[in-house]
Amino acid sequence: MNAQQMAIALWTIVRSEIRRFMRIWPQTLLPPSITMTMYFIIFGNLIGSRVGQMDGVDYMDYIVPGLVMMSIITNSYSNVASSFFGSKFQRSVEEMIISPMPNWLVLTGFVIGGSARGLAVGIIVTTVSLFFTDLDIQHPILTVLVVIMTAVLFSIGGFINALLGKKFDDISIVPIFVLTPLTYLGGVFYSIHMLPEFWQKVSLINPILYMVNTFRYGILGVSDINVGVAVGAIAVFIVIFFIVAMWLLRRGKGLRS
Amino acid sequence: MHAALSIRGLTKVYDNSFHALKGIDLEVPQGDFFALLGPNGAGKSTTLGVVSSLVRKTSGDVSIYGIDVDRDFARARYHLGVVPQEFNFNQFEKVEDIVLTQAGYYGIPRRQAMDRAHQLLEDLGLWDKRHDAARMLSGGMKRRLMIARALIHRPRLLILDEPTAGVDIELRRSMWEYMKRINEQEGTTIILTTHYLEEAESLCRNIAIINHGEIVHNTSMRDLLGQLTRETFVLDLAAPVAQCPVIEGFDVERLDERQLSLSIDKGQHINDAFARLSEQHIEVLSMRNRANRLEELFVRMVEGSNNTEGQQGGIR
Repeated sequence: MNAQQMAIALWTIVRSEIRRFMRIWPQTLLPPSITMTMYFIIFGNLIGSRVGQMDGVDYMDYIVPGLVMMSIITNSYSNVASSFFGSKFQRSVEEMIISPMPNWLVLTGFVIGGSARGLAVGIIVTTVSLFFTDLDIQHPILTVLVVIMTAVLFSIGGFINALLGKKFDDISIVPIFVLTPLTYLGGVFYSIHMLPEFWQKVSLINPILYMVNTFRYGILGVSDINVGVAVGAIAVFIVIFFIVAMWLLRRGKGLRS
Repeated sequence: MHAALSIRGLTKVYDNSFHALKGIDLEVPQGDFFALLGPNGAGKSTTLGVVSSLVRKTSGDVSIYGIDVDRDFARARYHLGVVPQEFNFNQFEKVEDIVLTQAGYYGIPRRQAMDRAHQLLEDLGLWDKRHDAARMLSGGMKRRLMIARALIHRPRLLILDEPTAGVDIELRRSMWEYMKRINEQEGTTIILTTHYLEEAESLCRNIAIINHGEIVHNTSMRDLLGQLTRETFVLDLAAPVAQCPVIEGFDVERLDERQLSLSIDKGQHINDAFARLSEQHIEVLSMRNRANRLEELFVRMVEGSNNTEGQQGGIR
């Protein structure tokens, strides 16, 4: 395929991915905005007013970056996991396998599609948060960078999950039993400095802690961890996940008998 | 001139140690209408799966129009269109979107893809349904949708894996006409697998029969049918007969009071049989083959290969 044909093929995947999550917006875009509104009202307003400040900022302001990041993580992941697994289930993935598209192009198309949903939900949740607080973004470039990197990372994760998954249960296990606990324990609602020293150290092996804190640093200028190390760690994870996904695709794992 | 499809020493052993293909050699000339026949589980779909890269081969070489599918997969796949046995499109997508998306996967610009999709959907009688979700289509329409999708990038080699399964006879015949047309007018090489042997006999010029993962016969349809040493006809009689007439040299069976079965060996003249019947005042209104000719041969060859297999390695 020449460059123009590849661009057309890539846009075809991206467009159909975006069209898919836009078509079923009551399942994809609406729920996170309602859920996060509840978080803002209950944790931010009602409970937050009694909590006071966290790391020198109002509790509501403190949890907004974490909740936005939580939405981006779960939506990027589940978009690719459900879409790619769905195409495996319906066997429409065969349309791509028999086509001349290289594996990296298929992966990139799905990752852009997943990231697009993650970003769309991130924008919606951020917009909702403006009803509860004023956001004064301290480091806009870093904020955008970490959002995109996180969306890309979890989109690749969703793709790997879809490749390995054999039944629909398999693509809900990781979000429920891995992503959600790690996100809740990743400093969305609290500073790890509040934890005993042992649990602070345990928290440092949670990759989501780095993403949430880098994003929070981008918006509020406060972080529990070194931001440079965090950005580097996310980049390394992206490279590792990408290599794993490409290896699985090359072997035809879950796609070719 | 390269063959449209060349397969050399193709083997496939599945993870459960099942030897699906045991060293297949096959060559399909350019412009051919080729039948790949075999009983269920013989290895037809595995062979075609390897060609379309849905199945990983264990060993062997496959090339499409001289292009090795492993070394230059992108170029090889441009020449290939596949209509699989099972429906494999997104049932929730619109008919037109399914075809256009496939065009996109081949890097065809949108405007060009829309023109081609329009033509194909009209030719295949799906234009009025273009805005319908695929799941709303009938079985026959879904099959035609898969043909339109497979042809959107104008492949030179089209694989049809049981394209008319479950399709009514009227629609089946119109699909035959369409396939004949693209084979004759556009020179598209077509490989067909089917359980309707009448379909293979009427469409295909060359044929391979596969059984237990091996090609047991590979020849032209004419030569194959020439091997038929005995044909059996059903004769419809003008008046009922009380008992089976005896015709010396011919094998006759009374099916019912108005129908006889007449078997004729190669070299015998059917006129002789009619003359003897006439002498006995038996008038024949019409006649037809008792079974499809290819079907008779197919059954015989598959049974023959099963017996050989049984003698060699125990009947499975």
